[in-house]
Formats: sequence, C-alpha cells, structure tokens
Amino acid sequence: MDKFLIARGLKRCSTGRFLLWVGPWFALLLFGLYAAGLCLVKGLNQTNMDNRFAFGLWIFLDLTVIALGAGAFFTGFLLYILKLDDLRAVINSAVIIGLTAYSGAVAVLAVDVGQPLRAWFTFWYPNVHSMLTEVTFCITCYLIVLAIEYVPIVLKNRRLKEVPSLLVFEFQLHKLMYVLAGVGTFLSFFHQGSLGGLYGVLRGRPFAFREGLFIWPSTFFLFILSAAAVGPSFVLLTTWLVEKITKKQLVRTEVLQLLGRISGLLLSVYVLAKTVDTLVWINRTSPHAGFPAAQFYGWKPFGIEILFAEIVLFGLLPAAILLMPRLRARRGLLVTAAALACCGVTLNRFVQTVQTLALPTLPFDKFLSYTPSWQEVGTFLAVVAYGVLVYSFSFRYLNVFPEERALKVQPAAPQEEEEPAYAGR
Amino acid sequence: MKRYGMHIDIDRCNGCGACMVACAVENNIPPVAGADDRKGITPLRVYQIDNGEAYPNRRTAFIPMLCQQCGNETPCAHVCPQQAVDVDPETGIVGQMAERCLGCRYCMAACPYHARYFNWWDPKWPAGMEAALNPDVAPRQRGVVEKCNFCHGRRHAAMEKAAAAGKREIDPADYVPACAEACPSGAIRFVDLNAQAAPADSFRLLERLDTDPKIFYRSKKDWVKRNG
Repeated sequence: MDKFLIARGLKRCSTGRFLLWVGPWFALLLFGLYAAGLCLVKGLNQTNMDNRFAFGLWIFLDLTVIALGAGAFFTGFLLYILKLDDLRAVINSAVIIGLTAYSGAVAVLAVDVGQPLRAWFTFWYPNVHSMLTEVTFCITCYLIVLAIEYVPIVLKNRRLKEVPSLLVFEFQLHKLMYVLAGVGTFLSFFHQGSLGGLYGVLRGRPFAFREGLFIWPSTFFLFILSAAAVGPSFVLLTTWLVEKITKKQLVRTEVLQLLGRISGLLLSVYVLAKTVDTLVWINRTSPHAGFPAAQFYGWKPFGIEILFAEIVLFGLLPAAILLMPRLRARRGLLVTAAALACCGVTLNRFVQTVQTLALPTLPFDKFLSYTPSWQEVGTFLAVVAYGVLVYSFSFRYLNVFPEERALKVQPAAPQEEEEPAYAGR
Repeated sequence: MKRYGMHIDIDRCNGCGACMVACAVENNIPPVAGADDRKGITPLRVYQIDNGEAYPNRRTAFIPMLCQQCGNETPCAHVCPQQAVDVDPETGIVGQMAERCLGCRYCMAACPYHARYFNWWDPKWPAGMEAALNPDVAPRQRGVVEKCNFCHGRRHAAMEKAAAAGKREIDPADYVPACAEACPSGAIRFVDLNAQAAPADSFRLLERLDTDPKIFYRSKKDWVKRNG
C-alpha cells in the first residue's frame, strides 16, 4: 500500500505488519499524552513530587535521554570534523536518536514546569549565573540544529526526491553539514556540561556539590565526558536492536566495533576522571563543608554499592571490554558492554537527581522517599513511545542506514568471528 | 541601609504554631484539601526536634524555620533562570516575583533550608472567606514558587505611612512581620541586624555552607545547638 514511499532497493515489512508494530506504541503515546494533559490542565498536583522532592522522574528522564542522545553531536563531530568516514553508516540514525531524545526531553520539561507559557521569560530575563539558563539556551539552539540536520534525511525520501527544488535544497543543506556539526558540538559541549552543573553548583546539597574548575563545577566536565562516552554506545545498541527486530544487517561489523572502541576510550577517561573527582569530594569537598562523605551512604537503599556499580560495574568493566579488540570482536560482549555503559550513565543521572534530593541536609531532617505517580510514569512512557515511533517511521520511509542496500546483496556477516585485522586499529 | 533579620530564642518557643497561622493569614495562603506536610504551603514552619534519648531523659524543642534570607551568593537567587528571585540591597530581603516565576523549582532544590514552597493547586477559598483576605498581599497562582519575604505587604504599608508623614525612613514599630507579632512567648524578634547585632551565643543553621543566613537562633541547651 505504501510501497511508493519506501526507498528503492530496500525491503520493508508489509503495511499490515508495520501497523501491528506501531499500533501498541501509538496506544502508549495516547495514554502518555492523556497523563501529560492531566498534569497541564489540573496542575502538578497530579504528580507525587512535593516541596521537598521538587524534581522527580521527569528530570531524571531528561538528563538521561539527553546523555543517551549525545551520539548525535559526537558522531557528527567525529564524522564531519575528525573525518572518521566509517561513521557515515550510522550518522542518520544518530541524528534521529538525538532529535527524538532532545525534543522528547523539551516536551517533558514543558509539562514539568508550573507555568510553561512563561518559558520565553528565560530568553527575555536571563539570569546569566544560572546553569538552567545555559541549558535552556543551548538545548533550544541545538534542537533547531538537529531539526535542520534531520531535514536532508527526510528529503531523501523516494517521493520527495522527485521534486527538483527539494533535491537542490537537500544538496545545499549537505554543504552546511560541516558547519552544523561544529555548531552542534559547541552547543552540546555547553548544555551537557550545564546539565552536570545544575546540581554541581548547589552548595545547599553537599552530596551533589562539587568544587570548580574555572567557573564550572567538576560535574560540568564529567557530564560532557560521560555523554560523549555513552552516545556512541547508544547508537551501537540501537543499531543492533534494529538489526535484531528487522532481521537485516544494516551496517558493517567494523562500524559497530569502531563505535564500541570510541565509546570504550572515552569511558575509560570518564572513569578515571570520575574516580579522581569522587576521591577529591570524599577527602576534601564534603568534609570541608562539614559533611563527612560516609554519612551520605548510610541511608539505605543508597549505600556505597551504588558508587561501586557506577564506577566499576558500569564504568570500568564495559570500558575494558570495549577497549580490548578480542573482546569487542564478539558481538554479544560488544552489545553487553554498550548496554552496561548506557546503564552507567542512567545510574549516574539517577544519583545526581533523585538520590541528591532524598538525602537530608539539615541535621534534624529526615531521609525522604518518592514514588512517581501514574501520570508521571505515563508521561515518561509517552516519550519512549514517541521515540520508537519517530524512529520506526524514519526507518521505514527514509534511507536511515546508507549501507543497507549494499549489504543486502552480500551474505550476512557471521555473528561470532575471528579477530579481524581492523579490530586493533 | 537596613539588614533585616530575626533573633529566635528556641528555648522560648513552645511550638504553639501561632506564627504559622499568622503567616498563613497575612499572606493569603489558601486552605487546600489535598495538601499534606509535603505539599502544603508553610512559609514559616515549626520543626520539632528531640535529643534522641528515651523517656524520662527525652527532651524536645521547636525550631521555627523560615527563609533564612541568605546574603552570600544566595543559593535560590543564583540558580533562578529568569531572575524571579532578587535580593533587595536596601534591606537584604530575598524577594520572590511570583509573576515572573516559571515554576521550574530549581530554587527549591537549591535551598538548603527547604524554605521554598510550590503552589501545587489553584488558590481557592471557601465561599465568604474571600472577604477576610489581606488586600495588601496578592494571592499567587498555581505553578509558581513562594517563600517568606518578611511580610512585604506590611513593609509597603509602613513605607506608605512614612511617606505620608514626610519621612524617608520607616518607624521600626510600624514594620513587624506577622509571625513575630503573633508569637505569644516573644521567641521571634524581628530586627535590623545593622542596628542590633545578634547575641554572641547565637548560632545560624548550616552556617558552614557560608550562605550568610540572617536568622539567628539561641538556646542554652547544647544538644539544641548541635543542630546548627
């Protein structure tokens, strides 16, 4: 029925099967939109946030998806600025992931604030000292960059390519990609960092407060590093997932390994930086503020094991796997390591947001717990469904993986293979 | 130039809550059916603390907690993305512009004293109760943050009175926040810290965070002082 929209030479499932796939996601999206609508119409009393747990699931979600969506800027940077041409195979996918992640995060933020119609005040009365101002400016600009980067992917659609003026427009946009990649990297550098700074500057939250390098707290740099590290891992994971679901090889194995290698390299730098930062915080920052760091880990279930999981299980271990050519040559280990890295950044954002607010600062205060309401969970699920839907439609009607057509005519690569010559490159 | 603050004698506070009621009435805080201790608006809140021992050695005390009007890199003013929080250089009072507030609640996360409150519900009063609202204080709408501002309505009234009398300075007797006025035991005293420095044995909550709070507490009991 919709074959005239599908790119030539690409095989896609039947319309009926596609509708069966997107149907439940649409249902989830509608449910989530209803939940979000309730919060917008009736107010944030629909959530389980309160005066003490002023941030909840949504801020955690925002920080996480923006970190996972960092593959868009970092892949663009590696491809267009550092000329790693192999990554052309996944750049479209990375842009779509980035676009859905950022637009989803901004949509949730609009529900999360009490007066969304006043969002423009931040541009009109900006407080230049606030990390949130920096985040707002950079995310808004970067979302525009991502939208522009998405346009050429859309214009490659079979039907749209038949319109000569659009073809010319797409060609011209491609010339801009190097500039956009540079701008995107610059903006992403600042908003990923500012998201880390959001909590790092809070003197009133000694668990999150970090001392500064220049004008930024150390979390500013840790967030940039961690996002750059897991962005390629998430692109790898998504590509693998799409290959599994569609039962097609979409990119060459070496591209996935290259993503893994880049991720492993940055992850190891991040783990080192995070370890140094934690040691400085334990031995200097926190005690100087009058709070022995050990007291923060006395509140269960947030024990010291969370720190261990963050640095070792979800940091050191995946970094080691991704850096060793023999290990990352095994598809199972490669994907597992990428998944662990993504879990690590998710846990880190959870610790930064939820754990920070749960811990008491005043001596006579209590440890707090928080469980999100169904409206919060519904809104969260809407973002997931939105992401899956945008990606599904893009994959069906656009040429997301440029190598797919060429790989289709070759025999599929074996899953477990001997260490290839390029693995140690 | 003023530097308004408070001296609060914890040993005098008996936890009656008159200050909380006076604050709510003065600032037109609506009664909300669904509000609890974590979602209600209490710009002044009395915490009960104890010495951690069992009966008969157990001792309790009450700490009236309100915005500490931090003077050094005021955490909430520092983080507000759209300058809805300001520190008045003339008085040192940390103000909150509800009309400009986005409701992002970043300031609430930043406040070490948990002295900021979000309007989770639309402000509504039972029929007839509107007549008792304070005309000097505008009710805040749903979705914005609010806090203690040392009863700015009373300050404006005092300034108008002074202006009408041809004076530039307000008479200290004309400007006393509702909580200090209502406290039956005299535990809360509103002062200009420039004119009346805090007693030497007073302490401030979380002073080690270096936010320069302007609420000074006093107690003769060591276990109470340890809560500083």
